[in-house]
Amino acid sequence: MNAVGVEGVWKFYGDYPALRNVELSAAPGACLALIGRNGAGKTTLLRTIAGFSRPGKGKITIFGNSPRDTETRRLMGFIGHGISVYDELSALENLTLFGKLYGLADPKKSALEWLERTGLERVKDGLVREFSRGMRQRLAVARAFLHGPKVLLLDEPFTALDDRAIAVLQRLLREALADGKTIVMSTHQLREALELATHVALLNRGQVAFHGPRTAEMVADPGWVYARYGEG
Amino acid sequence: MRNKILYIIGAAALLLLARDMYLITGFPAERNQGAIFKIIFFHVPMAITALTCAMVAFVASILFLITKKFQYDALAVAVTEVGLAFLAGNLITGSIWGRVAWGIWWAWDARLTSALVCWLLYAGYLMLRNAIEEPTQRATFAAVFSIFAFIDVPIVIFSIKWWRTQHPQPVFWGGGSFPPDWSAVFGWQVLAVMLVGVVFTAVRLRQEQFQREIDSLRRMAHAL
Amino acid sequence: MMAFVRQVLVIMSKDLRAELRTKEAINASLSFALVVLLLFSFAFDPSEETTREISGGLLWIVFAFAGTLLLNRSFARELENDCLDALISAPISGAALFLGKALANYILVLAVELIALPLFGVFYNVRWTSQFWQLMMVIALATWGMTVTGTMFSALTVNIRLREVMLPILNFPILIPALLGAMQLTSALVAGKPITADNDAWLKMLIGFDVMYTAVSVVLVETVLVGG
Repeated sequence: MNAVGVEGVWKFYGDYPALRNVELSAAPGACLALIGRNGAGKTTLLRTIAGFSRPGKGKITIFGNSPRDTETRRLMGFIGHGISVYDELSALENLTLFGKLYGLADPKKSALEWLERTGLERVKDGLVREFSRGMRQRLAVARAFLHGPKVLLLDEPFTALDDRAIAVLQRLLREALADGKTIVMSTHQLREALELATHVALLNRGQVAFHGPRTAEMVADPGWVYARYGEG
Repeated sequence: MRNKILYIIGAAALLLLARDMYLITGFPAERNQGAIFKIIFFHVPMAITALTCAMVAFVASILFLITKKFQYDALAVAVTEVGLAFLAGNLITGSIWGRVAWGIWWAWDARLTSALVCWLLYAGYLMLRNAIEEPTQRATFAAVFSIFAFIDVPIVIFSIKWWRTQHPQPVFWGGGSFPPDWSAVFGWQVLAVMLVGVVFTAVRLRQEQFQREIDSLRRMAHAL
Repeated sequence: MMAFVRQVLVIMSKDLRAELRTKEAINASLSFALVVLLLFSFAFDPSEETTREISGGLLWIVFAFAGTLLLNRSFARELENDCLDALISAPISGAALFLGKALANYILVLAVELIALPLFGVFYNVRWTSQFWQLMMVIALATWGMTVTGTMFSALTVNIRLREVMLPILNFPILIPALLGAMQLTSALVAGKPITADNDAWLKMLIGFDVMYTAVSVVLVETVLVGG
């Protein structure tokens, strides 16, 4: 069974189709990089897969189930453009909060464990408001990994990150892949993404222009897919 | 085809209105209130039409939330706008009647006050729509609000009725009598105003469709 | 069921903790209540007997305005870092999220009201304690109505232009029956007259309003959060 299945998905803004008959899949353990120009529909697709909005036509499946099922949501971790943690709460409070919402056995223990893994244990009681940008992003990463998701959905994960956060994220993603987890990420940073990716999908105006395994040419020349399948 | 039907309905409405006007002017002045009483032939049909519009908007909003088809959203916004126009007509004619009968424009009559509250409710619906950019979100949020507003209508009517009965006041249309031969004309007049509402709604519906097409073309152009 | 209640409480305490840490909204709301109470005393002679008769009305206008300031913050708080995304992707129902946020708002609005109430009694020389428990019941019922529709509309207006203005424009007309009932009952109660068969229709209306809008909100909130 596919970890992520996108079956003939259309998504409309009014009458305008932002996604047109998108057909994609990711097997367990795969890392799918969604690439494409701005406005090609990468974020829309990723948010639809995450269950933030319903497709107008077609079906999204996560291990065979709808992403809106409560049990399915436990399997997914999402990192979007925002950090999705509260400025007024401390790092520990934030992670404990989400641990409770995910029904973890010991939310505080998991929170402390992830603060350590992201190098934030020293500032665990500091309010997020006072954090530097890099620290906020590492906390966002910890929040998404906290409940041990099997499918990670990342929207432009490397874009606003500082070097240290990129290193932390890449290490975690590699560990996750080694663990058999599935990753779908949209990205402009082809170099960072293609290093990790096992598969690549190119979106062009809401349609899949290319979908296939990552090849050696792509790593050698990140512009290769665009040159070959993009509209140039 | 659609155009022809619309013209036929419009023509029928105009003919009916003209005939009713002719008959109404021919009626003798009412015993206690004089000629102003005849404003009821416009005031009440407009209220009935507005209430019908609210009901249609409610049903269309529920259908939109279930089916996500934009035709229902267009219908909801079209009837809400038309209903607001008719409700405004109802408020104005009621106020004119009040000026003649009681000497003041606004006497906090229970029915007029309820109508004003409902007008504000649905004006909020249009303002909410105006403020939301993305069509799917606009339609969804507006439908939710329309359901909230419709549920409120009976509560508003009852609560304002209780409120006013605690303060003795002249009863609207009080003392007026309605001869039986007026009833038939009244019925026709309700139909005429309703038909005008149908024509307005159909025109507005088409406009809404064009608007959606324009919006989607604009998005397509931006995506190029 | 237990899990649902626990999720509601987690969301509620999260909102309360975030608000109490900065106290931004609650301070604004309190000072606003105070200012409006003062302004009314200039509009109506506070020592007149007639002012006492309309005091229920004054009080609820203060509550409604001050409450709006708190309700406005409710979903705005989720928007700042896209926190709403994380809540929507968490394995909790929209209903649990909604009720948690509504309860947090309810507690905050009630707190402001209970601070404003004695001040009102002092300023307008009203003996509001004479029907204390009945008055508390009216305040509890009408405030829940205000909070439940306000929380829902806070979600509807969260990412639109003119958010702060839109919330009262949507919420006040819907609330007119509830506010009207609350004003009628409060005026009678602070004048020392208990609720009787004469005016208990208002109480029933308030209960009906609360039940109806709570039910509709719980049913529709998922649609609002996950949209189309």
